[in-house]
Amino acid sequence: MLTKRIIACLDVDGGRVVKGVQFLNLRDAGDPAELARAHSASGADEIVLLDISAAHQQRATLLETVRRTAKELFIPFTVGGGIRTLEEASGVFAAGVDKISINSAALANPELITQIALRFGSQAVVVAIDAKRREDCSGWDAFTKGGRVPAGRDAIEWAGEAENSGAGEILLTSMDRDGTGAGFDCELTRAVATAVRIPVIASGGAGGAAHFVEVFREGQADAALAASIFHYGFNRLADLKQELGAAGIPVRWPC
Amino acid sequence: MIAIVDYGAGNLVSVKKAFDWLGQECVITSDPAEVAKAVKVVLPGVGHFTSTAALESSGLRQAIADAIVRSVPFLGICVGMQWMFERSRESASVAGLGILKGECDRFPESVKSPHVGWNSLEIDPRSRLFRGVPSTSFVYFTHSFRAPVDDMTVACCEYGGRFSAAVERDHLFGVQFHPEKSGEVGLKLLSNFCAI
Repeated sequence: MLTKRIIACLDVDGGRVVKGVQFLNLRDAGDPAELARAHSASGADEIVLLDISAAHQQRATLLETVRRTAKELFIPFTVGGGIRTLEEASGVFAAGVDKISINSAALANPELITQIALRFGSQAVVVAIDAKRREDCSGWDAFTKGGRVPAGRDAIEWAGEAENSGAGEILLTSMDRDGTGAGFDCELTRAVATAVRIPVIASGGAGGAAHFVEVFREGQADAALAASIFHYGFNRLADLKQELGAAGIPVRWPC
Repeated sequence: MIAIVDYGAGNLVSVKKAFDWLGQECVITSDPAEVAKAVKVVLPGVGHFTSTAALESSGLRQAIADAIVRSVPFLGICVGMQWMFERSRESASVAGLGILKGECDRFPESVKSPHVGWNSLEIDPRSRLFRGVPSTSFVYFTHSFRAPVDDMTVACCEYGGRFSAAVERDHLFGVQFHPEKSGEVGLKLLSNFCAI
């Protein structure tokens, strides 16, 4: 049976894993290569590395970090953050990555999705969508530039366009829930998961095992991603998978 | 030297990385002469069946066919396995190698496609490729087309019906999933292939 995937996310700045609490007070959580291996050993089904460093000159540092992380990682590995062109994507793939995640650049130029998909296959293109609930609760808006600027697009409609352009998966982050630990936005996740045929990865709000059960059952997510809850205690990921298994969610366990 | 055949279909770095980690000498190549010298041939592939047309025009198809006749162990991965069959509905005009009977077809409308993620296998205990791999193992898939189950199938997977997750006959092997992305299980399988 196809299992629900648990994805560990590493937010990386200047070659180190950091986890921002409301984008401030970045706390150093360690070496990306080491953490990726530890997460893989404790049962992560995939690793996503997001480059959150603003400074463009850190690109070379990022590629070196990616290469080092990929070297001894034998589960799917996705890298995102600041990829704007096919050439930049090619550089990241050459460093040993299986999928790239694009967000702002795809919104600005949906053709980029198609270009990367034609060259590397749709399975290698994840379109990340940062979605925020509209104040009148009529739906969700997509945001760009790290969640700072509204993209002027309905999140669900944009997910459909991304699929038609060649995206292989949607990484859907609820900006309302991100960093709260209050649970995934199941309503948003279900709205996107039922609107597209490609897999949807739910992100934002993970605080405990019950939240994962909810987002797989009610949200119909194919995968769920979290960062900080996995970083400060490696056994938690293994514990999570056992709890999900006990709750009747199909997971890869034991690995 | 293991030849990892590059025909322009996607990213082969992950496959090479896995063989490197196992301490196996390997090279990513699009040169038929390199394939002719190889002790083992690996045909990866991600993306569209159409991309396998490049094997024909580059002379790689002939080099692979010749290697198979010389009993050089061969492993097709993903589209590389689908190419071992006669054809795929993904691209009816492109012929596969045809060493396996039948054609690859898309998943039914009843399930999401592509099939992405870790799925379980039913493994034939006689398989050499899966020697030492627990029968309840999970492996990582990402594909929209699938191969039929036939008498060469050594592992089945269930997703919108049963399909061939792995095939094996003599020195010929094919896997629909990605052993280079399937953790310990995948590395064990690649190590078994290297030992053949």
